Amino acid sequence: MTLLQSAATQLLALSTGTLLVTAVLLVWRRSLGAAWRLLAVQGVALAALVLAIAVAEEDVELLGVAAIILVLKGVVLPLVLARGIAGTGVAREDAPLLNPTAGLVTVAGLTTVAYLVSRPITEGVGGAGGGQAGPAALSVPVGISMVLIGFLLLVTRRRALSQVVGFLVLDNGIATVGFLTAAGVPFVVELGVSFDVLLIALILAMLSGRMHAAVGATSVDEMTELRD
Amino acid sequence: MTGLLVVPLAAALILGVAAVLPTSAGVVRWSGVAASAIVLACGVGLLGSAVPGGEVPDLGDGLLRADALSAFMLAMIGAVGVTATWGGLAPAGDPAVAPTNAERRYAALVCVFLGAMSLAVLTDNLGVLWVAVEATTIATAFLVGHHGTRRSIEAAWKYVVLGSVGVAIALLGVVLLYAAGRSAGEATLSWAVLSSGELPLDPGLVRVAVGLAVLGFATKAGLAPMHSWLPDAHSQAPAPVSGLMSGVLLAVAFYAILRVQVIADVVLGPGLVRGMLLVGGLGSLAVAAALVLRQRDYKRMLAYSSIEHMGLLAIGAAVGGPVALAAVLLHVLGHGLAKASLFVVAGRILAAQGSTRVADVRGLLARRPDLAIPYLAGMAALLGFPPFALFFSEVAIVVAGWQAGLGWAMGLALGLLLVLFAGLARATAAMLLGAPAADTAAADGEPAHAAADHPVDLAASRGPGVPIVLALAVTAVAGLLAVPIGTVLVRAAAAVGA
Repeated sequence: MTLLQSAATQLLALSTGTLLVTAVLLVWRRSLGAAWRLLAVQGVALAALVLAIAVAEEDVELLGVAAIILVLKGVVLPLVLARGIAGTGVAREDAPLLNPTAGLVTVAGLTTVAYLVSRPITEGVGGAGGGQAGPAALSVPVGISMVLIGFLLLVTRRRALSQVVGFLVLDNGIATVGFLTAAGVPFVVELGVSFDVLLIALILAMLSGRMHAAVGATSVDEMTELRD
Repeated sequence: MTGLLVVPLAAALILGVAAVLPTSAGVVRWSGVAASAIVLACGVGLLGSAVPGGEVPDLGDGLLRADALSAFMLAMIGAVGVTATWGGLAPAGDPAVAPTNAERRYAALVCVFLGAMSLAVLTDNLGVLWVAVEATTIATAFLVGHHGTRRSIEAAWKYVVLGSVGVAIALLGVVLLYAAGRSAGEATLSWAVLSSGELPLDPGLVRVAVGLAVLGFATKAGLAPMHSWLPDAHSQAPAPVSGLMSGVLLAVAFYAILRVQVIADVVLGPGLVRGMLLVGGLGSLAVAAALVLRQRDYKRMLAYSSIEHMGLLAIGAAVGGPVALAAVLLHVLGHGLAKASLFVVAGRILAAQGSTRVADVRGLLARRPDLAIPYLAGMAALLGFPPFALFFSEVAIVVAGWQAGLGWAMGLALGLLLVLFAGLARATAAMLLGAPAADTAAADGEPAHAAADHPVDLAASRGPGVPIVLALAVTAVAGLLAVPIGTVLVRAAAAVGA
């Protein structure tokens, strides 16, 4: 193993660790201002993860993907969110269904679940028993945890923009799984997916602004006009 | 023939761009109809070339590929698109007045929507299929929120959050399929390669991947229990968009499930996806039956009927085999045309009455036969009266299911269908017959319960009748024509392994 390879392995461990920690912190913190900054850190960590895989796989195309992710998830998406927060003037998630302690306990449970359900994936990628699985395949549970934490944020947060945060964590988790299991999807698809996610985030930020302007509400609980 | 693969995408893009540029009012008004007609023509052209044993048109190394199923879906998108956009044309304004920005944006987004759906059925790459399905969410988000009222914003929010989260689950499935292919020696997302059975895909990984992909696309297809966004979005969107979403968008998401199902059948056998589809299908029928019975809003009622028909499609796909799959495709066509016609007519009834409540629409047959008769004909098609196509497809699905040993499921489905029939027929009878009470007649044009955001607009309650007649006529004969429609259906079903 060359020096570069071992550095790549360490970067991989560092970035996956950062991804998981930021996701957990997002459950803990209620301030939306902290949320968009944490998302920016998470985006940078994801770009670092891609960089580590690019070095380990000696894949030049992945370097380009890492740059795109750095710009999109490290800068653009957090800024979209920050602008949305400034537009509605709501800075705190004041009515989550879980208090921080209960949230953290749930996250611990979800992470355990992630390790359990990731076994078929790790084995499928790295051969039976995971014996030949590389460090990347062994880190898959981190991505699955992020997906589950994204869901948790989506269902427990009541502010419109907090739900956008949940969606973005979910999407980061899927991207993490993709990079860890298959060094990312083909470049054309990666571009399409990034573009779609950007547009969805813009639409959601705009809709929450309109909702705020139309009815003064930014809590999804107040949306009860349509039901049977 | 490969040229036909690009034409629908290019046409939708060009017409969409033309609609936002400062072009004449005519371009803005007709762009959606033109895009649909081009998609229809390309679909029919590709169907003509999709003969058994013939070469499958392929472009860009599998980026675009049209087998018989893709060609059928493309033609279906075009046919339903023509019905919805032509039937839903707003009354012609003064040609000297330039279209507003909202009108331009609406026209452009309808074109993008049609283009995204065409891309979804024309690509062989599962990743591109996912990107196209997600792009339909983006285009329709603005279309659902087009009216800008509190209700339409609420519907758009629920639609985008649930739709994009659901489809994100499907992305996880697609990514894991790619990982499975890569571990098996060929990093590919090509459906043709993954479903060929030549790659030694890891069954454990494929099981997880297929489960997630089916779950995700089922959300977009409106199958229970992930259906809750559907009635809101479909009832709040403008009528032509509701028609397109109910008639084709659901079917395109369902098409994605069919493709994934083939991969699962090759690698794992039919058990997993069959179980998921049976649960989703019967659940959808149950949810629709429970909510149609006490539904007081006719646009929401049509939306629940869409959930019902997606449930039937899921049951048909779970049965599998040539008869059931051909019936599923006939059902897709018949439901698409009938539902698009009904939503267009419902939009006109809304314009005439200013209310979406069944109770506010009474004695329509006597007062507005020009609206009541097409509504009645469309409802007859939707309820599965012969000679309409849905009669034949429903009978074929049930018979095939019985022969496949799923008699219990078919019995349950028939019972739920009966409940749905009663609910829809009762509401329709109330709207069409129900004596126009004296007070209603006195307050005609100013119904008591009219919501403030639904102004009465008598000009908009009249629209072209030709597309409705054509669509219902096709639905009426589609089940009876062995050539060409029967042949086309069998070939398309054969493309997914039946």
